[in-house]
Amino acid sequence: MDEVQIQSGNDVVRVRQQVRVVAAQNGLSLVDQTKLVTAASELARNTLVHGGGGVAKIEAVKSGNGRAGVKLQFSDEGPGIADIDLALTDGWTTGSGLGLGLSGSRRLVDEFQLNSKPGAGTSVVVVKWSR
Amino acid sequence: MERVPILKIGQTLFVSIQIDLQDDTVMRLQEDLADELAATGARGVIIDITAVEIVDSFIGRMLSMIGSISRLFDADTVIVGMRPAVAITLTELGLPLTGVRTALNAEKGLEILNGKS
Repeated sequence: MDEVQIQSGNDVVRVRQQVRVVAAQNGLSLVDQTKLVTAASELARNTLVHGGGGVAKIEAVKSGNGRAGVKLQFSDEGPGIADIDLALTDGWTTGSGLGLGLSGSRRLVDEFQLNSKPGAGTSVVVVKWSR
Repeated sequence: MERVPILKIGQTLFVSIQIDLQDDTVMRLQEDLADELAATGARGVIIDITAVEIVDSFIGRMLSMIGSISRLFDADTVIVGMRPAVAITLTELGLPLTGVRTALNAEKGLEILNGKS
C-alpha cells in the first residue's frame, strides 16, 4: 500500500500519478484508469481544500472471485460534512465550483463509501475493479 | 509553479499543455491568456490537450472560463486533441465544456477559427 500526504496542489498531482501507476499495474483498462485517476483528483482536491489536507492510501485489492482492483482511501481531519446526501447531490457546492467533485467521482468508480461527521473529519473509500 | 507557454501565430494564440496540470498552473494560464489577448488583439485561441491525461471538474471549469474570457476579447476558443478516455470520463463526470468549441486536432481547430467549417 502506498501513502501520499496531501498538503499542496503538487501533492494532488502526485496522488494522480501514483494512482495511475497502480491502476495500470493491476489490469485496469485505459478508460478505467482515466476514470479512477479523475475521481482521485477530485477527492484529493476535496481533502486539500475542504479537509485542510490529509492523506491518500492507494492499495491493490482482489475481489472474492479473483478480480483485480484498486482501492483508494482519502482521509482528513477537517470540519466534516453535516449533510452527506446533500453533499453528494450534483451541483451542490460550498464554494465556487460546479458541485461535481463528490457526485461525479462516485459515478466514475464501482464502489463509493463516504464517512463523515461535523467536527470529526471525512473519509472517502472508493474501489475500481478491472473488467 | 510551472507555466504553460503561449505562442502567437498570425491572429491566433496557441497553447499546448504538456505538463501534469496543477490547479495553480491552470489559473496562471487563464491570467496569462487574458493578458496576451489584450496585448495582441488575437482573434482565436487553440488549446491543445493531446498530452493531458485527465480533465477533472476544476480543469474543465477553467477551460470553460478561458472560453468565456476570450469572448470578452472577441476571440473564440477551440480545445483540440482530447483523448478518447478523457472524453468518456468527462461525459460520465457530467461536465459540460460550455463556452468552448472542440475539434479533433489543431489543423481542424484552425479551420474553425478561420471560418472554413
